[in-house]
Amino acid sequence: MVKTTKSLDEVTIRFAGDSGDGMQLTGTQFTNTSAIMGNDLSTLPDYPAEIRAPQGTLFGVSGFQIHFGSKEINTPGDQCDVLVAMNAAALKVNLRSLVNGGAIIVNTDGFNDKNLKLAGYEANPLNNDSLSKYQVFQVDITKLTNLALADMNLPQKIVDRTKNFFALGMMYWIYNRSIGSTIEWVNDKFKSKADIAEANIRVLKAGWNFAETTEIFSVRYDVKPASLAPGKYRNITGNQATALGLVAAANKAKLDLFLGSYPITPASDILHDLSMYKQYGVKTFQAEDEIAGVTGAIGASFGGALAVTTTSGPGLALKTEAIGLAVMVELPIVVVNIQRGGPSTGLPTKTEQADLLQAIYGRNGEAPVPVIAASTPGDCFYSVFEASRIALKYMTPVMFLSDGYLGNGSEPWLIPNPESLPDISPKFRTDPNGYLPYLRDEKTLAREWAIPGTPGLEHRIGGLEKEDKTGNVSYDPENHERMVRLRAEKVERIANDIPPAQVEGDEKGDLLVVGWGGTYGAIRTAVEQKRAEGKSVSHLHLHYLNPLQKNVGEILYNFKHVLVAEINLGQLIKVLRAKYLVPAVGLNKIQGLPFKASEIEKKIDEVLGNSK
Amino acid sequence: MSVLVEEILSNVKPADAPAAKPSARDFQSDQDVRWCPGCGDYSILAQTQRILPDLNIPREKMVFISGIGCSSRFPYYMETYGFHGIHGRATAIASGLKMARPDLSIWVITGDGDGLSIGGNHMIHLMRRNIDVNVILFNNQIYGLTKGQYSPTSEKGKVTKSTPLGSIDYPFNPASLALGSSCTFVARSMDRDPKHMQTVLKRAAEHKGTSFVEMYQNCNVFNDGAFFTFTEKESRDENVLYLEHGKPLIFGKEKDKGIHLDGFTPTVVSLKDGKHSVSDLIVHNEKDSTLAFILANMTYQENLPRPIGIFQSLERPTYDAMMTQQIESSIEKRGKGTMEKLLNAGETWTIQ
Repeated sequence: MVKTTKSLDEVTIRFAGDSGDGMQLTGTQFTNTSAIMGNDLSTLPDYPAEIRAPQGTLFGVSGFQIHFGSKEINTPGDQCDVLVAMNAAALKVNLRSLVNGGAIIVNTDGFNDKNLKLAGYEANPLNNDSLSKYQVFQVDITKLTNLALADMNLPQKIVDRTKNFFALGMMYWIYNRSIGSTIEWVNDKFKSKADIAEANIRVLKAGWNFAETTEIFSVRYDVKPASLAPGKYRNITGNQATALGLVAAANKAKLDLFLGSYPITPASDILHDLSMYKQYGVKTFQAEDEIAGVTGAIGASFGGALAVTTTSGPGLALKTEAIGLAVMVELPIVVVNIQRGGPSTGLPTKTEQADLLQAIYGRNGEAPVPVIAASTPGDCFYSVFEASRIALKYMTPVMFLSDGYLGNGSEPWLIPNPESLPDISPKFRTDPNGYLPYLRDEKTLAREWAIPGTPGLEHRIGGLEKEDKTGNVSYDPENHERMVRLRAEKVERIANDIPPAQVEGDEKGDLLVVGWGGTYGAIRTAVEQKRAEGKSVSHLHLHYLNPLQKNVGEILYNFKHVLVAEINLGQLIKVLRAKYLVPAVGLNKIQGLPFKASEIEKKIDEVLGNSK
Repeated sequence: MSVLVEEILSNVKPADAPAAKPSARDFQSDQDVRWCPGCGDYSILAQTQRILPDLNIPREKMVFISGIGCSSRFPYYMETYGFHGIHGRATAIASGLKMARPDLSIWVITGDGDGLSIGGNHMIHLMRRNIDVNVILFNNQIYGLTKGQYSPTSEKGKVTKSTPLGSIDYPFNPASLALGSSCTFVARSMDRDPKHMQTVLKRAAEHKGTSFVEMYQNCNVFNDGAFFTFTEKESRDENVLYLEHGKPLIFGKEKDKGIHLDGFTPTVVSLKDGKHSVSDLIVHNEKDSTLAFILANMTYQENLPRPIGIFQSLERPTYDAMMTQQIESSIEKRGKGTMEKLLNAGETWTIQ
């Protein structure tokens, strides 16, 4: 039959199946292939906290959404154009994400009576008109996979595990992707298991060939490369970028990197990645708990390492007292918090931005901590590098905020030239003459770093209040106030050492949408859309949450309205209102999911509509 | 060690070479010692300062780390590097420091509350990892700094401010806990036996791996006399069993009693009644971890003397040494990592 090829600017695909079906892997492979083909893209893994929830159930559904295109892509897509559903539950859970008229590719074998019952379908949706507003493509993926491997005599369990590659093969054909990079990956992954490698490659090719031959698919699509800035790229998740950023920071600081960490979703991948970098001198300590993770880091910092602890919200709560200790002893550590839905255990695998106030204020006593947030997966590299720079220069713990969406999401990343990164090496004190542990640099107010092993600088530090300069224990009332103010002033002065905030759009206007962290892509997309419609809207995205950049107030005052969009009940808005007394309004979503651009657009219309 | 730390430490002038061997005085800081008069801590501080010069480790390579409690003020009084941490976490701070700086000699000073209650978790994990750190746990069987509540080593039935009807907790036996955590060096000594303490502390310092020393320490304000049976002249000899490697377990004023093993149960036998001789007694062996468990378990048992000394001293690779070794072998196998390699790893593509 004649097949036609159509060209598209952008497509959003969602792969959905059981949590044991390999949907994350399928999505990741499609992502890497698309990245290598030059598309811009953004991804959203969406998986349950259970490792392998009972098969076929609604709560066991795992999804992976990828938005790719030949134009600039800033979000994983509000809705998907194509839904690949491996069973009835996957269809049921994800149908609401599909655009009207969108395509559904189903594995018909996943719609037997048992699957339908578990998904809560009274009748098979494939056999009635309930899906009539979509294009439905029915393929018995299970049967075709079995046929493809019939002569290999593999255990059924292994055969079943390859069916995701049949779906992947079909999608590669439909979107005109090369299967070469996935074949390379399979060969590398199953180096020592040749039969499994062969099975996966066969099934992948079978999926591709089936799509090409069958009459089910008559159209294939072409998505041309995006016009990204020239240079060398790799695809990167936020957690990978964070790990790289920390190794780079240690390298540029000429220090060893020490990580003290306790496994926690969604931060564990940083521990995994750094554990592989031993040849870079990285020391990773999987501690017995969150507290040992951070106090181990403080000990390493005392010894002269770039010391880091990684965690997510509940773990940050446990580290609170120790971060206060780092404030008191004025030693550098970087605290990485990959935020997730809370409170308590909350939604371990879902994203949220509800730890901002905990990061800025959540300690006993007056314990100021600089807070820096990344805005995209690739930006995690630069932001955690900056957090390290500030920690070392100002002898302070620094909080680096990312979130589950950034940590697990990915984008093409322009690989930086290592030469372009600044030298951030600290100056250790070595001269014993006139040394006092709490003498400060006049400009930064940082105390000096004197590490054990240096003769003549033996000194004691600790959590009790320090006497100014000597660092001896002091309960003197005036001294306490002086020290509290000095520690606060030291953090405030960081504002002199960071670039001014930049507005995207006009410097003045009707509405400024303010965001921080992982909402960058959605806000940018929405604001660009509204500006294209002629609305007077600009975007301010904050990377520095404490201290705020010096020009933030001035920027806010240049707009008639300020809208603060956050994945929480309104935390940055409290900080901005308190500091600048602006009548900002909030857009808040707390569903464990990132903003859709359309949700922000709607709110922009609402705020501007009210102003008329 | 990192490029920068190595450079700094190789460029610093060695401390003015002292004319003679350093003395205990060289380890005293300029801070006034602020424990209650008569506290057992004074003796532990003095004996520690006395043995340090014999270790032949430069003062600047020594670090004392503590948590919270009376004993935890110890680092302020030492003219070494020191870190007064937060409650229960000294062992974790020390773990991180030792991993970052295996060249340092690190001591943890803790108490029965700090080390076994709030810090119990870090303590057992330090010991099972066998990180080369020396722990002195000051056991006074009471909370002193918070003014007299019962502790995890207080005897059951103890009447304190928080247990007016007597405590209903069974106490930890720190030596058994340490052995159960696979600690490679486990010992017990007493504040009122300076000579013994010096011997044990020196052995602890020389041991490669975690050394755990339980130190009986009198709190003369809130729990006066808790160990007098074992420390005072009139009762000591009949109630203390000094453990000495390779020697039979004999005690008593007249050296007329010994410990015989009846199955797995240690029992006291007389060497005078003609029924037993020295050859019937257990011979102490620090390398025998089964024996160590049996001896540690004599603690708190009525009719048995209290064992004091080194229960166990085993050799096993340390965590810090293995960490260094993994890094070195990775560098050997894959070459030293460079920024170029790091950033350009995995699949890449170029856009013109």
